[in-house]
Amino acid sequence: MYHYTDFDSEFLAQRNAQFRAQVARRIDGSLTEDEFKPLRLMNGLYLQLHAYMLRVAIPYGTLNGAQMHKLAEIADKWDKGYGHFTTRQNIQYNWPRLRDVPDMLDALADVNLHAIQTSGNTIRNVTADHFAGAAADEIADPRPVAELIRQWSTDHPEFQFLPRKFKVAVSGAPHDRAVLKAHDIGLQIVERDGARGFEVIVGGGLGRTPMIGKVLYDFVSAEDLLPTLEAIVSVYNLLGRRDNKYKARIKITVHENGIHDIRARVDARYALIRPQFTGVDQQMLARIEADFATPEFAEKPLAPYEAAYTNDPVFRAWADTNLAAHRAPGYAIVSISLKAHGATPGDATSDQMRLMAYLAAEYGHDELRISHEQNVILPHVHRADLPVVHALLNEAGLGTANIGLISDIIACPGMDYCAQATARSIPVAQEIAMRFDTLKLEHDIGPLKIKISGCINACGHHHVGHIGILGLDRAGVENYQITLGGDGTESAAIGERAGPGFSADEIIPAIERLVMAYLDLRVERSETFLQTYRRLGLAPFKAALYPQEKADAA
Amino acid sequence: MAQAFKPSVITANALLEGDVVYLGTRDWVRDLAHAEILTDEAVADIRMLEASAQSDLVVGVYLAPMDTLGGTPKPTHFREVFRATGPSNYAHGKQETL
Repeated sequence: MYHYTDFDSEFLAQRNAQFRAQVARRIDGSLTEDEFKPLRLMNGLYLQLHAYMLRVAIPYGTLNGAQMHKLAEIADKWDKGYGHFTTRQNIQYNWPRLRDVPDMLDALADVNLHAIQTSGNTIRNVTADHFAGAAADEIADPRPVAELIRQWSTDHPEFQFLPRKFKVAVSGAPHDRAVLKAHDIGLQIVERDGARGFEVIVGGGLGRTPMIGKVLYDFVSAEDLLPTLEAIVSVYNLLGRRDNKYKARIKITVHENGIHDIRARVDARYALIRPQFTGVDQQMLARIEADFATPEFAEKPLAPYEAAYTNDPVFRAWADTNLAAHRAPGYAIVSISLKAHGATPGDATSDQMRLMAYLAAEYGHDELRISHEQNVILPHVHRADLPVVHALLNEAGLGTANIGLISDIIACPGMDYCAQATARSIPVAQEIAMRFDTLKLEHDIGPLKIKISGCINACGHHHVGHIGILGLDRAGVENYQITLGGDGTESAAIGERAGPGFSADEIIPAIERLVMAYLDLRVERSETFLQTYRRLGLAPFKAALYPQEKADAA
Repeated sequence: MAQAFKPSVITANALLEGDVVYLGTRDWVRDLAHAEILTDEAVADIRMLEASAQSDLVVGVYLAPMDTLGGTPKPTHFREVFRATGPSNYAHGKQETL
């Protein structure tokens, strides 16, 4: 866990004091809304459909127990007793009042949290693999370099007014859990000839024009990383289109100019600025790395785990679904599902947050992670402690055994909250989860990622869902478009549009037909939805979605 | 040819609370039922100018078309239905007091 220096604490205190004064000047009329809006956005404050919304950064998805506890306290004191975890590893409060926001930010600063650059045309909160520092398949922990990038990008004087927002993700494992190829920059830690470096992927993104990122450099050494990033963002800052908001992201810049042209420009810029990086960043990185030292793992008998696994079918189902391989013997990574059937994906009550904080402190080396799939992770739990952890989670409504299954749905807030949305997402997610829970088919269906966005901006990552659902407004009525075959991992792919959209009444039966078709089409139980789709293509699924057309054509 | 003016209300979000407000005959009100229904485009233009000038009270002023059968405004678009009631996943927002 990164420890704030005096400099960090002082910076945050000053920034919060500055924003407090800006809020006061807005309220007393000294600032107009046009003047105030960019200032509030720089500090994570949006105005949504029903209220303000405060988006708090959870840098690279890492929290400790005290921080989670503070998030609960803020939810109780200034919001409605819950928070919403997002696909960018942030937490959003949906009901703050303008006058309270400066106090909320000060409360966050008490535990080294902030809302800086969670909005606006800046480098946003850096995201990372949510199994960072724990995953069995990891080459190196991506969080130290993510923290270095956070520090470099925070208030970076050259990059406060980019053509558009800019998102960076980092992963240290070959299996991509951070959707690297859908980011403006994705950084993959790699090893070559015994040396560690980074594969640099650029120009990915979802939204209106989805693009899979392209490899800009296949190996950049650790000491060259920051100057390389600075060169890329600098080139984008000049070249990115400011004439058209919809063409302003770097994915379009790369697409329009070509990766070779971008590489040549970045090379030239890099050559110019490289001498300014004298190695101070590497000294800072070394100090940050010490903060992220591996916890001292315990050794204890596995008997309690083995007994529970053998005797308790509910525990076994949960263990089979919600645990992932840990690098340390005897340990497991626990994914806590925030997707109880019928609940709002990503929401946690303050009581649930306090329980997760307690479990982290008591059984998890005081570490928590937020996943982009809107779940909470206890990255280091000894298997001997899992029965008690599971029992406590269950009591709090957090024991759902559905990680990676059909009800583990990503859904953006949609038109229930978001001012930009064109349709609702949450009720669709709730109904799909309830329907397949009733059918008792979830575990039989196996791994299946449904991702729902309530508008073209794709916060719900629908383009990379095995089944993607996009909510649109068609002549004043909610309409849901289905895409199939998307993939957000190292084998990233943009989903293919299946055909005309469905009304709110039709979308759940349509998903059911699609999934039933998959169960008929798979050659064996181990063939996943995505594998079946890749083997057969769109046609048989389209036939299931649009049976009437098939009948008409016959 | 420009579209015919549809009966509308003026709406915005309150600066301090952030919640949805409507322009009544005198002040901003929080219940759509108390909003002033504007049926004349010229009058609506003037009221919009007045409303937009109140940036110390509200943010994001715009005209929202309404069905006005029976004398009470009912949103013609589902977005305005949510704004007038609240989110569908919890009984929060205006529906708490309606």
